[in-house]
Amino acid sequence: MSTLLEVKDLKVAYGGIHAVKGIDLEVKQGELVALIGANGAGKTTTLKTLMGMVKPAGGEIVFDGKSTTKLAAHDYVKQGLVMVPEGRGIFSRLTVEENLLMGAYSRNDKADILHDMERVYHLFPRLKERYKQLAGTLSGGEQQMVAIGRAMLSRPKLLLLDEPSMGLAPIIVQKIFEIIKMIAAEGVTMLLVEQNAKLALQTADRGYVMESGKVTFSDKASALLANEKVQQAYLGE
Amino acid sequence: MNALLMENNRKNTILLAVLAVVLAVLPWALGGFFENGNSWLRAVDFALLYIMLALGLNIVVGYAGLLDLGYIAFYAVGAYLFAILNSPHLQAVLPAWLSHPPFLVMMILAAVVAGIFGVLLGSPTLKLRGDYLAIVTLGFGEIVRIFMNNLDRPVNITNGPQGINNIDPVQIGGYDFGRPIEFLGLTFEKIHLYYYLILAFCVLIIFVSVRLQNSRIGRAWVAIREDEIAANAMGINTRNVKLLAFAMGASFGGVSGALFASFQGFVSPESFVLMESIMVLCMVVLGGMGNIPGVILGAIIVSITPELLRDIINPLQMAIAGKRVVDPENLRMLIFGLAMIVIMLVRPAGLWPSKRRRAELKPKTKDIALQEKDSLQDAERNHD
Repeated sequence: MSTLLEVKDLKVAYGGIHAVKGIDLEVKQGELVALIGANGAGKTTTLKTLMGMVKPAGGEIVFDGKSTTKLAAHDYVKQGLVMVPEGRGIFSRLTVEENLLMGAYSRNDKADILHDMERVYHLFPRLKERYKQLAGTLSGGEQQMVAIGRAMLSRPKLLLLDEPSMGLAPIIVQKIFEIIKMIAAEGVTMLLVEQNAKLALQTADRGYVMESGKVTFSDKASALLANEKVQQAYLGE
Repeated sequence: MNALLMENNRKNTILLAVLAVVLAVLPWALGGFFENGNSWLRAVDFALLYIMLALGLNIVVGYAGLLDLGYIAFYAVGAYLFAILNSPHLQAVLPAWLSHPPFLVMMILAAVVAGIFGVLLGSPTLKLRGDYLAIVTLGFGEIVRIFMNNLDRPVNITNGPQGINNIDPVQIGGYDFGRPIEFLGLTFEKIHLYYYLILAFCVLIIFVSVRLQNSRIGRAWVAIREDEIAANAMGINTRNVKLLAFAMGASFGGVSGALFASFQGFVSPESFVLMESIMVLCMVVLGGMGNIPGVILGAIIVSITPELLRDIINPLQMAIAGKRVVDPENLRMLIFGLAMIVIMLVRPAGLWPSKRRRAELKPKTKDIALQEKDSLQDAERNHD
């Protein structure tokens, strides 16, 4: 398997505060990798830096063989690096259909876009029922579906998911994770940032555990689930 | 479903045909009904110019959500450009190829130059939003007006407060729109000719607006208004797309301004005061931001009502009070202002709001709660 994303010694600072203190991270083609950790461990900061929304203080990010440091924020999508933001970030006054089309903003292939729309509607029949509805009038779970569907329409090489379980009822969270598995099964490479460590590790192939700006463990997801220290600190066992 | 769609289409076609006939005979109808039909037609001509302005501002304010209080500056740019190129004022210094350009070239020039001014206003304000943007645009509008007022020295370009006179009417296909034209036994006077000309451009601008609204760019504008960071993450180059909104909006203003200058035959800085910017903004907000039919309705109401009141208010005052209590001119604006306040109180999203605005101002919280329950049950079912 070839390496799709490689992060070397990444450091990020807000003013004088070092949020990320030199981490190494790797995502291979076709993998589903989880990044877990407590609040304030630097997970979201890491994702934001990967998407160019925060400038790193040091280190290197190589995506698909190229360094991303020179890219403008709006160029990431074209490179195939797509994020489903925390809190979903959908356009509430656009319809479901228009939201999905925003995902395809950087693409010109009309027929392919239509085909991908159908695929998303197949994954989320709920969205097909409501395609003319304003996205802001949907429930939280449905909005998360819109956000994921929209990202799918960007044809991501690597999909970054930031806290997909946030603010959702447990039963909906289960459903969202089932969909994440389905998307992974289609061959989409994913990096999943999640506070719900157990669910994330059950879904992922590999995992990284972050603690106050550093990676403390990295292993196969099943191994992390079995690791005593991880269990104590993050799995509540 | 299909039959219903066809039925709807047929209804729309019939409606459009009726509207076209009404608009075509309107000048003659006005002449037939009213003694002062021509002054009414003049009001209609101005209403059409305002529709173009309102639709232009609607792109900036309604679609992209950028509050612009200096919009009339672009109207001024179009008007002065037409005036300078088509009047004796600067004839001596203008190169021959630039003086009296063919009509279509002139209109494209007005749109392009105004569009450039739009980018000029847009580029320093890209990081600003809301109140701050409003203040900068207000300043821009005033700067343009003050330039028009003072550019008679050291080199006389705009002729200062006196304005530019003797602007030639447009010439299309050898016809001079300043002289009556006989056609099919009817005499088309200048005011009739301009009515049809302005109407044609108005239709064109409505068409462009509709196409823009449902385009990729139109969606990008709404996305930026909603959430600029998310829009950026979708791959939208927010800087360029915002500048495009300013440029498109400004170009509508420029076209409208050029038509205004040739219709009026005279331009002066007085026509481009802050109050005009506010009036155009009123049209957009009162009609229904972001909704094309709403904005058109707003433009018609805001521009025609004061004219209507002019004819009605004094007889009404005499009938009720028996004497002149308040100066009719003041009373007219008082009632107009009151009417606007009442409309905004009763219909805060505008007279004919877009579906998006309506949803924003009146979220259907009850529906959302119901749906949440719905999808919960759904998930439960699927989960088992």
